[in-house]
Amino acid sequence: MNWTALDTWIVIAGALTAMACAIPGVFLQLNKQSMLGDAISHAVLPGIAIAYLVSGSRDTLPMIGGALVAGVLTALLSGAVERLGRVEQGASLGVVFCVFFAAGLVLVRIAADHLDLDPSCVLFGSLELAVIESSGIPRVVWLSASTLALNALLATLFFKELRLSAFDTRFSESVGVPARLIRLGLTVLTSITAVMAFESVGSILVIAMLIVPGATALLLCRSVEGILLASLGFAALASLGGHLMAISALPALLSTMPGGIQIGSVNSAGMMATCSGLVFFTVLLATALRKPAVTTPQPGVP
Amino acid sequence: MKDTPLHIDALNVAYHRKLVLWDVGVTIKAGRTTAIVGPNGAGKSTLLKAALGLIPSASGKILFFGGTLRKSRSRVAYVPQRESVDWDFPVNARDVVAMGLYRRIGWCLPVRSIHRRMADEALADVGMADFALRQISQLSGGQQQRVFLARALAQKADLYLMDEPFASVDAATEQAILAVLERIKASGGTVVCVHHDLETVAGYFDDAILLNMRVVAQGPVGDVMTPENLRKTYGARLSFLDEVATDPARATPAAG
Repeated sequence: MNWTALDTWIVIAGALTAMACAIPGVFLQLNKQSMLGDAISHAVLPGIAIAYLVSGSRDTLPMIGGALVAGVLTALLSGAVERLGRVEQGASLGVVFCVFFAAGLVLVRIAADHLDLDPSCVLFGSLELAVIESSGIPRVVWLSASTLALNALLATLFFKELRLSAFDTRFSESVGVPARLIRLGLTVLTSITAVMAFESVGSILVIAMLIVPGATALLLCRSVEGILLASLGFAALASLGGHLMAISALPALLSTMPGGIQIGSVNSAGMMATCSGLVFFTVLLATALRKPAVTTPQPGVP
Repeated sequence: MKDTPLHIDALNVAYHRKLVLWDVGVTIKAGRTTAIVGPNGAGKSTLLKAALGLIPSASGKILFFGGTLRKSRSRVAYVPQRESVDWDFPVNARDVVAMGLYRRIGWCLPVRSIHRRMADEALADVGMADFALRQISQLSGGQQQRVFLARALAQKADLYLMDEPFASVDAATEQAILAVLERIKASGGTVVCVHHDLETVAGYFDDAILLNMRVVAQGPVGDVMTPENLRKTYGARLSFLDEVATDPARATPAAG
C-alpha cells in the first residue's frame, strides 16, 4: 500500500460527506421516514440533470436549486399519492421516486451527449477524480465541510423541535411546534445534502451515507444527542475503513483468487458504503447477543 | 364567554368524505371535570383533535376562553393517547416531560437545569420522581401514561384535554390520575377526558358528554347518565346499561 496526500484527501472528503449525511439521516429515521431519504437521494437526479441542461454548466447553485425542487416535489407528490390513493407511504414513495429516477437517468444521458457529464459519475460518484481536480484543498472538501457545518448548526439550533416533532407529532402541533413544517425543512435539508454528496459518492451511495451510520448508532445509544455524535463517528470510521479496504485489502484479496485479478484499487465510495454496512452488522450482532438483559422491562414496579 | 374554557358550535368533521362528527355543540364549564363518553368510533378522540386543530374540520366554531386557540395556546394542555407514539424512542422520562416546557423555553433555546427541575417536579406530582432518568421504553404502560400526564402538568395550563388517560392502566396509575384531576380542579383548572369505562364515569367526573357522531346529552353526570340517554348513545343492545345508570354503588372507583 502506498499512502499519498491524495488518499488523505479522499478519506477526508468521504468522511465529511458521510458525516454531513448522517445528521439528517438520524432525524429521518427517528421520524420513521428512512424511505424518504432513499427516495430523495434518487429523485434529485432529474432536478440536477435539468439544472445542467438549462444552465449549461456544472455550477453548484443551479444544481442545488434543481435538486431542491425535485426533492420537495417528491415529498409532496408522494404525500398526495398516499392520501388520494390510500396506499402506504412506502408504496407511494416507491411510485414517485422510481419515476423521477428513471426520468433523471434519461435526462442525464441527454445531458452527457451535449455537456461534460458522465452518467457513471452521477451514479457512483467520483471521489478519486474530485480530489485530483484542484491544487490545495479540493473543492469537494470545502463543499462537504460547509454542508456538514450547515447540518450541524441547524441540528443544534432546532434540536429540541426536531426531537419533539419526531417523537410526538400531535403533541408537537398542540404546543405550537409545527411538526409538518419541520418535516418539510428536514426534506429540504436532505435534498441539499444529497446534491452535495452526489459529487463525491454519487446518487446510489447517498442512501448508505444517510441511513447506515444513524442506524448503527440507534442500536447503541439511548439518547438522540448520543445517536447524533455516534453516527458522526461511525460515518468517519466508514470512510477511513472503506478507503483502506479499497486500496489494499480488497485488491490483495482479489489477486489471491483463482482468477488472479490484478488491480491497484477499487471504487473508494463503494467500499465506504460497504464498510459502513459491515460496521452495522458487527454492532447488530454484538447487541443482539446481549439484548435480553437490556430490553426487559423491570417487573414488579407499578 | 371569556370564562368558558372551551365552546364548540356546529362542528362537522369528515374522514375521507365519511362524516365522523355532525353538528356537534359542546360547552365545557370552568373548574369542572368532564368525561366524553360514547361507543367505539363515536368520534370522541376526533372531537379533541378537531378542537385543537390537529385534524381539519369541515365547518364549525371553536372558542378557547372566548378566543382562538392561537391566543390561548399556553393555557391549553393536550394528553394524546398513549398508543399514538413509539415508546422505543430514545429518550428518558425527564426529557419527555420537559417537552411540556418547550413553549416557555422558546425556539432554538436549550433545555436548562431550571427546566429539568420543573420536569422533575411534574414527575413527582404523578408519583414518578424516581423514574426521571429511566428510558421510556423501560416503563410499564401505566408509568408511560403518567409521564404523558406529567408532561401536560408541566405546561401549567388552565384547560387539560386528555385522550383516554385511564385506558388499560394499573390501579396505582388510576389513583395517581384521579389525584391529579382533583388537584387541577382545586386550583381552578378544567379537565376534559375521553373516557371508555361507563361504570366509573359518575365516580370520576362532574359532567359528562354522551357522544355518538352527534351530542346525545351533556351536563352533570347525574342528569346525563340515564338509561334513556345511554340507550340513545350505545343502541338498545346493551342490557347492563340500566344497571350502570341507576346503581350508584357501581359508579364508585373500583380500584383501591
